[in-house]
Amino acid sequence: MIEQLVIYPLITQMLLAIVLMFFWSRIRWQRVVSIFGSLINLGVAIWLFVTVWQGGTLSIQAGNWEAPFGITFVADTFAATLVLLTAIAGVAVSSFSAGSVIPARLKFGFFPIFHFLLLGLNGAFLTGDIFNLYVWFEIIIITSFVLLTIGGEKAQLEGAVKYFTLNILASIVFLTAIAVLYGLTGSLNMADLASKVAAVENRTLVQVNALLFLVGFGIKSALFPLYFWLPASYHTPPSAVSAIFGGLLTKVGVYALIRVFTLIFEVDPFLQNVLLAVAVLTLFSGAVGAIVQNNIRKIFSYLVICHIGYMIAGLGMMTEMAIAGAIFYLIHDIMVKTNLFMMSGVIYKIKANHNIRKLGDFYADHPKLSLLFAIPLFSLVGIPPLSGFWPKLSLISEGWFTENFIVIGAIIFASFITLVVIIKLWGEVFWKTGEKLPEVRNFPYFNKLTNIKKTQMLAPIILLSIVSLYLGFGAGNIQNLAERIAFELMDNQEYINTVLSK
Amino acid sequence: MKTIILRTASNYMLPLLLVFSVFILLRGHYLPGGGFVGGLIASIAFVLHAFANGLGDTRQLIRFHPGFLMPTGLTVSFLSGVSPIIFAGKPLMTGLWYPHHLPIVGNLGSALFFDIGVYLVVLGVTLTIIFTISESV
Amino acid sequence: MEVLLAIMVGTLYASGIYMILRRSLVKLIIGIILLGNGANLLIFLLGRIAKGSPPIIPGDSKVFLEAYSDPLPQALILTAIVISFGLQSFAIVLVKRAHKVVKTDDLDEMNATDEYS
Repeated sequence: MIEQLVIYPLITQMLLAIVLMFFWSRIRWQRVVSIFGSLINLGVAIWLFVTVWQGGTLSIQAGNWEAPFGITFVADTFAATLVLLTAIAGVAVSSFSAGSVIPARLKFGFFPIFHFLLLGLNGAFLTGDIFNLYVWFEIIIITSFVLLTIGGEKAQLEGAVKYFTLNILASIVFLTAIAVLYGLTGSLNMADLASKVAAVENRTLVQVNALLFLVGFGIKSALFPLYFWLPASYHTPPSAVSAIFGGLLTKVGVYALIRVFTLIFEVDPFLQNVLLAVAVLTLFSGAVGAIVQNNIRKIFSYLVICHIGYMIAGLGMMTEMAIAGAIFYLIHDIMVKTNLFMMSGVIYKIKANHNIRKLGDFYADHPKLSLLFAIPLFSLVGIPPLSGFWPKLSLISEGWFTENFIVIGAIIFASFITLVVIIKLWGEVFWKTGEKLPEVRNFPYFNKLTNIKKTQMLAPIILLSIVSLYLGFGAGNIQNLAERIAFELMDNQEYINTVLSK
Repeated sequence: MKTIILRTASNYMLPLLLVFSVFILLRGHYLPGGGFVGGLIASIAFVLHAFANGLGDTRQLIRFHPGFLMPTGLTVSFLSGVSPIIFAGKPLMTGLWYPHHLPIVGNLGSALFFDIGVYLVVLGVTLTIIFTISESV
Repeated sequence: MEVLLAIMVGTLYASGIYMILRRSLVKLIIGIILLGNGANLLIFLLGRIAKGSPPIIPGDSKVFLEAYSDPLPQALILTAIVISFGLQSFAIVLVKRAHKVVKTDDLDEMNATDEYS
């Protein structure tokens, strides 16, 4: 029964969360269990990925109910890749939070909730049922609320109110969309919906429904007019939490958009124009927002928004190569954004400040760390051999072939602004001779920490930097992977046949 | 709300409501009911007791922190969910049934244990939420 | 019945959105609750309201003999209710904490995290 493999990542995360709940107040044990459990989960994810890569799409019916009636779990190459990336980011952030989050926060169940969040992410990637996707989304947002408010500082609570309101609104819009879809077709299984939606006669209602899905997922993935919750909240929690949020949460929205608009709905020219316009505006507004900010984490928050635009642009062009570019960018972005937020955490631990105007001297004080931090920063910009460059290349060339010159302009503009922002950051934080910052009392400075904690904080950054370097220098392999995913998404017969076991 | 009538009544209501919640839990497979409703009824029993006698008395009555019920219930549900994978090689959450009819209990299946887990989780979650909110007033 | 329910759903959505747009935190929560109820009712409405027996085929026949009602919307609504129960209780605790720390009920004054620094 090789199909059982599909739910093993869910089972390991769930088991881990339950075990950690029993150790509620024993933080030392929680740290050890969380790191080792995440490593086991990484092993399971690699196993799943290799199996899917060699043997094709797998699917399993929960409760053994036949396909359109029961809940399906599917692992195609796209889902398996994202589960693998989640597992890598999970190991990194688990180790980083063991080192960096203060015990007062860990006491409120940080680790169990963190693993429930990873469970939700894995579930959202692996499910093949649209209502089940809603349930996983809810698990993700409930756990993310708790992670966001753990500690209960003023800024955290204020950010959480905004995050909370808009995300609940997104869920309600998503639920409404599901209700309409169920009313139209009488089915919830995504593979089954593919043929049933195409057969609906009332095309206007289908279009409206598609827009409802776009709004619901658009809020979650922080698209242009709907992103305001993100820069208001992502810089408030501990860096470890920001890392997992910035790396993965908005990407789930992008995953859902790509899945829904390649599998269920056929993208007509109108929807295509909407997607492209939204992508262009997202690129502009994110880039412009990033350039004026001074708080490191706020800069990265705006860059998260800005770079969502690339993926939506790829989806909007709707050709196989463009989607391959979007997928490549998604893979690159998850690794780099997680890494950047962890990096900002280390800088904060060293200097006790987030404002780039006040920081400085980092290169003089910590030359080795600076070189390490240069890898994610310049991968993000996409200096040619590094990983950000290749997906942009395919997006721009595909924009040329489909004659979307405004999109090309926006992509180049956003890349250029990203370069400016990173150069500014590098100049201010690393090269400038900074003023002497006042000592903060009772602050856990980096050089006062034990060696174990230092390793726990730096090892994940090194791990993700190596992955980033591989994404750049082994771009051929990743491009193959992205093209295969794009092929499977555009030609969804294999997915449908596997689920409905024709 | 410390009236003598409510206090006396709540002492009788507590065991009655708990028995009723278990009844609702057990009839859930074919008839309306189940773990979620049962858990809510059980938590209402304790909330009523807390209304009449104060939070401290109810805490003493339960003895352990209600939050502990959450991982316990999750474990029960989780084990019943994965038992088909371990014992029968069937997909997650497939119903496994004991083949013989037992006296009084009826047919025994893994779905019952899933519901018991849900019952415990709901009881734990609801009590934790209500205790937290009413403590910080 | 359908028309009545449709009007009901529309009213719930409209009043929910109106409440969300107010400045008070408590009204925000009321708005979220109303919107959630509207969505649940919409699922119920779109699952076709049909009077009929439960969809269980009698042991001696192979197909449904009479009209049956769709059980799935009820399962969906139950799930959605459970989820919104959790979300709302979290929202109430969050609003209470926020009110205690920020010392205001007005959303317009909660803009410290949006300010340029």
